[in-house]
Amino acid sequence: MITTAESIHELWRYRELFYFMAWRDIKVRYKQSVLGVLWAVIQPFATMIVFTLLFNKLAKIDGGGIPYPIFSYSALLPWTYFSMTVTAIGTSLVTNRDLLTKVYFPRTIIPSSSAIRGLVDMGVASIMLVGMIVYYHFQTAPPGQPEWSFQPTWALLLWPMLLIPLVMFTLGVGMIFAALNVKYRDVRHALPFFVQMGLFLTPVIYPTSRVPESLQGLIALNPLCGIIESFRTALLAGEVNWPQLGTSLVVTAVVFCVGILYFRKTERSFADIV
Amino acid sequence: MPTAIVVENVSKQYTLGETHRNVSFREALTSIVTRPFRRHAHQGETILALDDVSFEVKEGQVVGLIGRNGAGKSTLLKVLTKITYPTSGRMKVCGRVAALLEVGTGFHSELTGRENIYLNGSILGMKKREIETQFDAIVAFAGVETFIDTPIKRYSSGMRLRLGFAVAAHLVPEVLLVDEVLAVGDVEFQKKCLQAMDDLRSGGRTVVFVSHNMAAVENLCSRAIWIDNGRIREDGAAKDVIKSYMSIFAKSRQAGSGTLRSANRRGSGEIQITGVEFLDTEGRPKPLIRCGDPVVVRLYYECHKRVLRPHFGFEIRTDLGTLVANVSTWSAGVEIPHLDPGEAYADLEFEALNLIPATYYASLWVQSTGGITYDYLDLCTVLDVESPERHASGRELDSQFGIAFLPCKWKCQAPASLSV
Repeated sequence: MITTAESIHELWRYRELFYFMAWRDIKVRYKQSVLGVLWAVIQPFATMIVFTLLFNKLAKIDGGGIPYPIFSYSALLPWTYFSMTVTAIGTSLVTNRDLLTKVYFPRTIIPSSSAIRGLVDMGVASIMLVGMIVYYHFQTAPPGQPEWSFQPTWALLLWPMLLIPLVMFTLGVGMIFAALNVKYRDVRHALPFFVQMGLFLTPVIYPTSRVPESLQGLIALNPLCGIIESFRTALLAGEVNWPQLGTSLVVTAVVFCVGILYFRKTERSFADIV
Repeated sequence: MPTAIVVENVSKQYTLGETHRNVSFREALTSIVTRPFRRHAHQGETILALDDVSFEVKEGQVVGLIGRNGAGKSTLLKVLTKITYPTSGRMKVCGRVAALLEVGTGFHSELTGRENIYLNGSILGMKKREIETQFDAIVAFAGVETFIDTPIKRYSSGMRLRLGFAVAAHLVPEVLLVDEVLAVGDVEFQKKCLQAMDDLRSGGRTVVFVSHNMAAVENLCSRAIWIDNGRIREDGAAKDVIKSYMSIFAKSRQAGSGTLRSANRRGSGEIQITGVEFLDTEGRPKPLIRCGDPVVVRLYYECHKRVLRPHFGFEIRTDLGTLVANVSTWSAGVEIPHLDPGEAYADLEFEALNLIPATYYASLWVQSTGGITYDYLDLCTVLDVESPERHASGRELDSQFGIAFLPCKWKCQAPASLSV
């Protein structure tokens, strides 16, 4: 068993492979598709429209003072990153079995490089968010709706920083699924189901404030709750629910460590059973 | 000389059917629940792919690993490359290692030749700067200049292979571990590959090379290790080890021709070769084959499914593995439109089997025109060629006279002054 220090050193030596693997995924995703980069926008945008019609217009869930389209879209960006990436990482070892059985390199490169592609998508989709903010900033609210305008605060600086726990949590969960999927192939089928359930347990459609007091503590255990809610409020409301975010960060750190440890514990047998 | 590779008591155990047991997570969960109630935990059958293997390789040595399929050569190579971990024992490889278990690992067909060179190079452990400086040389070696910006899904399989090997040939490792990559590609390209390997050797690199091509092992390697049943059976000078390896094929022979024993049988099985017989031109079994005799090789086969345009082939190798001849219905331009299920045979007639007396090994194969191997029996039968009954001079012929006996006539012109 190699020590952690050795494996970190090894990862550093293989950093170019990490870069090339991430680059390959991005390249392949955007090659051969007519709409190319637009796909990164279309998916969250279309979902946002459906959510707005269904949950806002029909079910009357409001954005707590924020126009519902930006309310949901700003949360859909990190959520889409999570759902797409966790699925990609979960199946990454099996899709790259040729590499696993033919070449040696630190196995952690496969899941971690898969975490990059989604960031590019998220970056592209963010441009749309900027457009929407500008639109709603100058738009007068329809009668009966609260007036909203974009007021940048220092909390905006938090936005890029929140990517760190988002990626860590996604990687942690993804690595557990990836390692399990090598051994048990039905994990692949269970994964989309878990992800779908996750959407309802995460404040994407609704604000956390709509959750009953008694359940607030429980849902805070879902790290995506604090992270995604903060993505939204830091940008649009200029405030952050610190206790909630703090809980999320702690849980994220735990999940991340468990993910890496489990992955490292099982990686020796990957090439034999994949 | 310093040691490059140390292998100490390495064993590797595989559980048979491990990949199939508990395939589903649900079953795994159920088995956790039910395990305490079972008296004996179900133990899968295990095999030792490597059984207490120890050896050392000095820096600059070129070692060939030989043995039958499934003997453990590839597992040993996988352990050396750290792709898989030994169940017990230790091993250490010093210096920068490059492993070549396959040509073009990680190629992505949507990416262009250029992009794949970078991707494959970095997978094999090259730095970006190294790839940049070697880029033109790689492209030239592969001979794909015109297609370098074309996605490789448009490449022919030969081009892909050349590109893959070109990248690999430009690795500058201290220790190179190679598996059977030379078994592919056309003759011209194989030569190029062997040349590249030879350059590495003369560059003082340590090379471990797994191959079925005994001639290549003999030419490239000073030392050979014969792995049999997961153990080292013989370790020594390449020539000696190859000799004793080839001789087991002779020992495994049963009396009379017609028995087929191949350590390396592969193929999809639509047609199976069931036997081979050496006959004289009248169709009688030929107990003794002499140099220069006419010989009919009868291949018995069983066809399980109707197949279109199959080709039969017959290959002769020397005891050192050098290919003497490869003859097939394909190269002879003989078309077999189709074969229906059933049993039959194919005759291959040699007007004169002009082989220098020695022991030869034959391989038999049948494949489709498209290249699907239905059955391939590697070195499955022994061909003992005896001295001719009446050689003009009465002198004995043996392997020091070469492999083939070329029928010829001498006419000596004596200097004019001596003529009477």
